[in-house]
Amino acid sequence: MRYAKPKSVDEAVALLAAEKGLARVLAGGTDLLVQMRSRRALPDLMVDCKAIADMTSIAAEDGGIRFGAATACMALVENAQFSAACPGVTDAIKLIGSIQVKGRASVGGNVCNASPAADSVPALIAAGATARIASPRGSRDVAVETITTGPGKTCLARDELLVSFLVPRKQRNCGDAYLRFTPRTEMDIAVVSAGVNLKLDATGICREARVSLGAVAERALLVAEAGAALVGSKVDNAALERLGAAASAACRPIDDKRGTREFRIKVAGVLARRAAQIALDRTGKEN
Amino acid sequence: MAKHHVSALINGNPVEYLCDAQQTLLEVLRDELNLTGTKEGCATGDCGACSVTIDGRLVCSCLTLGAEIDGKAVQTIEGMATGTELHPLQTKFLELAALQCGICTPGMLVAAKALLERNPDPTEDEVRYWLAGNLCRCTGYNKIIEAVLAAAGEMRKG
Repeated sequence: MRYAKPKSVDEAVALLAAEKGLARVLAGGTDLLVQMRSRRALPDLMVDCKAIADMTSIAAEDGGIRFGAATACMALVENAQFSAACPGVTDAIKLIGSIQVKGRASVGGNVCNASPAADSVPALIAAGATARIASPRGSRDVAVETITTGPGKTCLARDELLVSFLVPRKQRNCGDAYLRFTPRTEMDIAVVSAGVNLKLDATGICREARVSLGAVAERALLVAEAGAALVGSKVDNAALERLGAAASAACRPIDDKRGTREFRIKVAGVLARRAAQIALDRTGKEN
Repeated sequence: MAKHHVSALINGNPVEYLCDAQQTLLEVLRDELNLTGTKEGCATGDCGACSVTIDGRLVCSCLTLGAEIDGKAVQTIEGMATGTELHPLQTKFLELAALQCGICTPGMLVAAKALLERNPDPTEDEVRYWLAGNLCRCTGYNKIIEAVLAAAGEMRKG
């Protein structure tokens, strides 16, 4: 295996495009190095992206806050500007692995590893985040919900690099939250998860809502029906019941030792309701 | 394949080493630099025995490549005591019997030090959550948590 540490996005995508064998992008390595150890991934070239400023920085820009795809989760969690601007995404990132793992793990890696149970993904989808993807042909911005196509699979071509994410700026009366169910409080993987982002008008009526579920399908889902269940309501009990029912109805989970199909479907509705309640409580707070 | 030449600060000392692309920082520390205080437990980031800090950030050295360290500052358990004078965390671990077999201890100490640098007065809950990525199969954790809290108190006295 060869190791390269490019200093620019252009240099990185040129390396990916030129590689005849298997190239893998290294951010935190918390999934990739484990896969290499178990010989599930045997790259010929490792492209370490942590010397690229665009991939490791956090900065406000028009429309929201942009952060590099290789930024360590702890760097995001400890950045006051980021955690204030992105409470739902911060909820999710805080749940990933241990402090040590978060010291290395990145959101770009979490998205590209494409686990259906990835914590950051439903939170990013609910927040309406977009990802900037670069290649030798230029760059494109895509909605996060379009990146993962199935377990371990993404829409990225072999010469494409996920550079950064943009989380849209919260407007007044907006709130978001992310919750997951795990048997243990720490060091566990979501059995079911839910991210909710909602926007109220001045009279407290919900005008927009995005609901995303994790670990209940082959990829994180954006559930339009669940969001629609809240729109036009004051996010009262009846609306929350409709939200829960729509969330459960959207699930097509596997049945395994970590959770039965029936359990995941039920808990998805419960978590969607609870996350919506927290998001509602947060709408009063200025960001 | 040519080896990578890495220049880094390890426990404050300038160090240069050669490593293969796939060698982890843990392997470099133990096998190339003879810094065997850092332990390998699971080698998959689950146990925390290999905890070190890189530029002040707590990480698993088993999930880091040695080649990534060029220009970085690494702190390991070997850098914790000052000469023969133990760090207050080390003293309290001994006084309060916070170790038995000792395999998890270097990682526990490095992780606890990283916590106290950020939060000199953590609650018991905060210590337990911070150390959730450090597994110990001997102590049942209570003595470790007590030792960290006692060391924090000692360090606040200055």
